[in-house]
Amino acid sequence: MSDTPLLEAQNLTKVFGGQGSLIGRTLANFGVAPPSRGVRAVDDVCFAVARGEVLGVVGESGCGKSTLGRMVAGLMQPTSGTIHRDGQRNHARGLDRQMIFQDPFSSLNPRMRVSDLIGEAPRVHRIVSAEDFRGYVDGLMERCGIDPVYRDRFAHQFSGGQRQRIGIARALAVEPELLVCDEAVSALDVSIQAQVVNLFMGLKDELGLTYLFISHDLGIVRHVSDRILVMYLGRVVESGPADALFDDPAHPYSRALIDGVPRLDRRRVAYEPIKGDIPSPLDPPSGCHFHPRCPLASDRCRQEAPVLREISPGRMSACHLHDETSP
Amino acid sequence: MTTPVLDIRGLCTSFMTDAGEVRALDGVTLSVGRGEVVALVGESGSGKTITGFSINGILAPPGKVTAGEVRLNGTDLLGLNAEALRQMRGRRVSMIFQDPMMTLNPVLRIDTQMTDALQAHETISRRAARARAIEALAEVGIAAPEQRVRAYPHQLSGGMRQRVAIAIALLHGPDLVIADEPTTALDVTIQGQILSVVQRLCRERGTSLIWITHDLAVVAGIADRIAVMYAGRIVEQGTVDEVLDAPKHPYTRGLIDSVPSPGAKGGMLHQIQGRMPPLTELPDGCAFGPRCPRRSGQCEARPDVSTMPGGREWRCFHPLEGAS
Repeated sequence: MSDTPLLEAQNLTKVFGGQGSLIGRTLANFGVAPPSRGVRAVDDVCFAVARGEVLGVVGESGCGKSTLGRMVAGLMQPTSGTIHRDGQRNHARGLDRQMIFQDPFSSLNPRMRVSDLIGEAPRVHRIVSAEDFRGYVDGLMERCGIDPVYRDRFAHQFSGGQRQRIGIARALAVEPELLVCDEAVSALDVSIQAQVVNLFMGLKDELGLTYLFISHDLGIVRHVSDRILVMYLGRVVESGPADALFDDPAHPYSRALIDGVPRLDRRRVAYEPIKGDIPSPLDPPSGCHFHPRCPLASDRCRQEAPVLREISPGRMSACHLHDETSP
Repeated sequence: MTTPVLDIRGLCTSFMTDAGEVRALDGVTLSVGRGEVVALVGESGSGKTITGFSINGILAPPGKVTAGEVRLNGTDLLGLNAEALRQMRGRRVSMIFQDPMMTLNPVLRIDTQMTDALQAHETISRRAARARAIEALAEVGIAAPEQRVRAYPHQLSGGMRQRVAIAIALLHGPDLVIADEPTTALDVTIQGQILSVVQRLCRERGTSLIWITHDLAVVAGIADRIAVMYAGRIVEQGTVDEVLDAPKHPYTRGLIDSVPSPGAKGGMLHQIQGRMPPLTELPDGCAFGPRCPRRSGQCEARPDVSTMPGGREWRCFHPLEGAS
């Protein structure tokens, strides 16, 4: 690993909506209606990924983890903030960052044959010459565990696990350095899930890939990740090395999230879950977003948003409680 | 042992398709005691949902139960006529589905749906039914039930909708609740809430529960017994500890090993080779044979059920021995 991270995101923010309709804006200008604020899907997020590292992103629905992934993969422009690659802001094409999607059914064009699904991008970007094309596609298929004799089939002729492999081969076809896996194994059956996770880990060693691994399945994330970001309503509440964070979560939200995960060795437990639903991102709670559900919340949490800061080497957490324990 | 609430023997369900008869369930035998939580575990296409549908008599054509019997407190459900079945469904056996958005009517308010469900089985005034509905919503942990009861399903969050579905399923105090992947679509924290509600209510009322899922970790915390299904057959059953700590069937072992454990981080996960064959192309012998690391020539024939006292069962010629 070199010293400059492969990818560094600074103050990344994405706001959806916010302009409001013409009538809404006019009314707001006259002070009749409140100005529409929009949804801060990702709010001032900073992180870095080292070359060859797997960064896991966990959180509940609506916490902004997919939006973050899409911005990193270059599918979405951030409202503000920057993503630097190898210390540089701009570079020619977004080919070095590819995305693997959750749903292997809707992410493959049903009217294209497998060889075109995988081969279209490298042909268009002239990564492969016309005479090497066939061998190139066959090689990718083999590497991802699909028999090249199926090159002329359509996506619907494959099972879910095989389709996910086609999606992976398609992403690898443009020789990326970073793969964003957005819930890439969540839709698969347990035994197939293990096969695809193993494929990811094998490819990482073989090709030196870096991953941003987004999932709500904490067991899988812990298994594959070197470091973890825990998100809640658009903000990062905790980050750190995977094992340390899972063994001793510092933020009350991470703790609740990790304690709630069912495990094979926990039998006949009485579940005592976090109270309440995830608040609406349209109207997030004041101060610390987690305070209405937090068992340890105080008045300060209701008023003042905690800052993400280092609590021990390599570990960051955003909670006022850290001030009291370590002044 | 007391008489079981539900007793299924040799249940076979087929789908009559153009390509011929497809056997979705092949001799399923399962019993559920009073207040017992039985987990039915399997991958997509293993027949776990069809088992639930067959018990409840909500199998849609071309699906058809071809053999076997299903007894609820001694009554054979398969012999009931349509009216008797309607009386039984929702009152004695109720079901919770995976997606609460699909099971609740989107154009009716929650109170309308709940009073309808009550009036379907009881003579009760709308006012009294509404009071019962509010009470039921409070029991599943919905805050401000007097206001929520007037909401439409789309105004509630996913976890809240699933609570409403649970409240409706428990309205009549059924003997048996069949929960078909009720937490799969939900977040971890909400899943914990739903598990705790179902666990508490079933324990308080002595309701039996069949929990259908593909997630072994979820059932480890909630179930008394586990039945593992593969390609329409129950391949192994026993208590939670027996099945998870000392599985007999290689498929169960494979499933357990595919779940990442904190100990073996970053390494290769154990994987079961291949995938479940389509039901139209099942081998004659053991359905798991082609994927099994322990297969031998003997597996060309169909393995019978081996039993041990206490309801421990497996279907394999080469069962694994001892604890892992």
